[in-house]
Amino acid sequence: MSVIYVVLPVALVIAAVAVGAFIWAARRGQFDDLDTPALRMLEDDDS
Amino acid sequence: MALTRRCHRVAVSTIDVNNPVFDATAVDTACTHCGLPVPAGLLVPESEHQFCCHGCQTVYETIHGCGLDGYYRMRERLGAQSDQPDVSTHGYESFDDPAFTARWCTEHDDGTMSCELQVAGMHCAACIWLIEKLPAVLDGVLDCRVRFGDRCVTVRWSPEHTSLSAIADQLDRFGYRPHPRQAEQSVVIRREVQSALIRIAVAGAIAGNVMVLAFALYGGMFHGMDRAMFTFFRYISLGLTTISLAWPGRVFLRGGWAAIRTRTAHMDLPIAIGLLAGTISGLINTIRGAGDVYFESVTVLIFLLLIGRALQAWQQRRSQRAIALLFSLTPATARRVQGDGTAVVPIEALQVGEIIEVRAGETVPADGVITRGTTTVDRALLSGESTPVSVCVGETLHAGVTNCASTILVEIEQTGEPTRIGRLMKLVERCADDKPPVVEFAHRMSGVFVVVVVSLAIITATLWAVLEPSVAVERALALLVVTCPCALGLATPLAMVASLGRAAHAGMLIKGGSAIQHLARPGRIYFDKTGTLTAGTLSVVDWFGPDELQALAAAAERDSSHPVARAICDAFAGDELESHTIESTETIGGGVRAIVDGDEIAVGSLSYIRTFDRVISNQILAHADRAWASGASVVFIMRNGVVEAAATIADQPRPEAVDVVRRLRADGWTIGVLSGDHPSVVRALAADLELDDEACIGGLTPEEKVEYVRANSDREAVVMVGDGVNDAAALAAASVGLAVKGSAEASLAAADVYLARQGIGAIPMLLDGATGTMRVIHRNLAISLGYNTVGAILAITGVINPLMAAVLMPTSSLTVVALSFRSRVFRGV
Repeated sequence: MSVIYVVLPVALVIAAVAVGAFIWAARRGQFDDLDTPALRMLEDDDS
Repeated sequence: MALTRRCHRVAVSTIDVNNPVFDATAVDTACTHCGLPVPAGLLVPESEHQFCCHGCQTVYETIHGCGLDGYYRMRERLGAQSDQPDVSTHGYESFDDPAFTARWCTEHDDGTMSCELQVAGMHCAACIWLIEKLPAVLDGVLDCRVRFGDRCVTVRWSPEHTSLSAIADQLDRFGYRPHPRQAEQSVVIRREVQSALIRIAVAGAIAGNVMVLAFALYGGMFHGMDRAMFTFFRYISLGLTTISLAWPGRVFLRGGWAAIRTRTAHMDLPIAIGLLAGTISGLINTIRGAGDVYFESVTVLIFLLLIGRALQAWQQRRSQRAIALLFSLTPATARRVQGDGTAVVPIEALQVGEIIEVRAGETVPADGVITRGTTTVDRALLSGESTPVSVCVGETLHAGVTNCASTILVEIEQTGEPTRIGRLMKLVERCADDKPPVVEFAHRMSGVFVVVVVSLAIITATLWAVLEPSVAVERALALLVVTCPCALGLATPLAMVASLGRAAHAGMLIKGGSAIQHLARPGRIYFDKTGTLTAGTLSVVDWFGPDELQALAAAAERDSSHPVARAICDAFAGDELESHTIESTETIGGGVRAIVDGDEIAVGSLSYIRTFDRVISNQILAHADRAWASGASVVFIMRNGVVEAAATIADQPRPEAVDVVRRLRADGWTIGVLSGDHPSVVRALAADLELDDEACIGGLTPEEKVEYVRANSDREAVVMVGDGVNDAAALAAASVGLAVKGSAEASLAAADVYLARQGIGAIPMLLDGATGTMRVIHRNLAISLGYNTVGAILAITGVINPLMAAVLMPTSSLTVVALSFRSRVFRGV
């Protein structure tokens, strides 16, 4: 069971990376507009 | 979507009219352009083409090479059905004004400019497509991005090649009316939303991890756990909880501290106490390696409370945005007389002493004196008078009145703030600032709650200090943790979110939660008259004379835009209106003279008819006297020199007004009418609606309306219902201001609630909804307090263990969440 002393901090680091990625995305404005991109994908502009 | 895709390759200006793609027949009610279902309100009966929104329609029309006129006609017709805001009647020249540029636009390093425009009328993907095609349509536009949720467009252009007015004009022609939008303000809001989102993310991640660790610890409690691992898990939980409290949880600590400093009851205070107690007790017990920890409760609490708050903020922003879309913040323009012609200038550029031209249908932009022309003006929005009045050279006009009949020239005497309307707007601002802040019910509860919980904790600590000193602090802390008002903090926001959302769906846009609280209990309600209790438009209510004259009178008035003429046409014009031959129509002052089917017909006011020097029979005069006594106007009809008939014209109460008033009275509301119109008209209305004469006051200035509202607002909630500029200050001063559909922009801005459906029929539903919402809130509070009481008793007696606390805490929150969203408040209306 002593593996938990390694695995738990590793799990927390992974969680921290995920949260960090989310914060980065939020600050970059990825969640500012949740409606338009959903509609924009309907027009495939291939000109 | 096939249609949309295919027309992409075709530049809007070079479209093949005979493109077979567009002959595809739409299925049932699918939009001809984009194929999305057409909303029921937009269906045009017996039309081959159906459109889901302006964007689709405009592109379709452009494609068919129709002239702009056809497009405007179509839009007008649709607009009436889809309840779109009016299309602006003026151009966008003022968008190029340096003052405008400085205020709304941003200049970039590479010489390009950008501006955020709020755009009304966006409905679907095709609208986004159309607007984002702007760079292809207009040279010099570099980029155009839509934010659909905000109904907002960010456009970037090169000032050498095009101008913002051209862009705005193009958007308008597409069917989207642009308003400037404060970029800084939206940046601030966006930052707030972002940080709220980040806080929720961090709190959620930590809560999840601490919860998993807690499960392991509970498991260890029953099945045995290595001592070292036990300590390890607890320290990790402690670390995570500290982060959660210090980062996302800081908002509650700060709020609680502010509550202590300002000595006001605030929800954040009991929450902060609970959070701190939980963390500190956990810290102590972790270090000493014994006793209970409540880390998972603390972290989940922070997570849930943040979500509740974010939801409420989101819902209120949505209502506010919907209302903000209704005002045109577009700077108004005026026609300044320069040499032989006129130039369109922004109102701000007008100087005292200049001459401006005001055409029929336009609003007078500044206070001034008429120097040429005679016309009729409608002062309903400014003063509440329901009948238009005739004005001639030398008379003073206030900014904000509408010119109904013919073009006049006005010499400006006042501009901007010193004008009547400018002073009114100042008054509105002052009233809004003076409004006492509302202590929300939950916050008041939390004050009581803090006192009770803290005293209980002290009693517990003292009791156990005597009985068994070693557990005294622990028991007191356990009490503080268990009673932490998680559900209490969630109860109001969630019930509000659910109600505001459903109310918006039913056409009642509510800007904030305090309005709900005031509307839940009967108090005093004041109505404006013109446009609120009445329809605000004139109609024929009585006719005296031969019936065959009715059609002739309507024919004579056919081409006049005067409100009285419109009333007569609406009442009497049958299908055969076009069949009459009309010659030599002549409009002078208060009347019209025309040759209809060979007969000379004159229709007009008493003074107009008197100019013909004919005798008016006593019967007709007696009829007119009765009408005048009730505050109505009378129009006389003369055929070939004989006065034969009289029509009574009045602004009639809305059909639902009687029922609404009766219903409100039955609920215990005190009802009054505050009107700027003539007292006799108000008395007549009071009689129609079975209201007390004393409660219905006419001839009030906007300042006096505020006085009436304020006089009672100390004792009870005062609700003001109105629509005009003259009501705006009273709406701002009232506990709850309700603006009805068709209200002036100033009233929309000042009101707390906007009724998006025609008339006042929605008011009883609004009150029912408010009562229901408060009932849900009370029930939620009762449940969460019940949980807390049980928890407190268990904690005081020392029966409670961490597992039970962990079960009790989320159950109470879940019950509250479920009850809030299951309630039927505002549903089915």
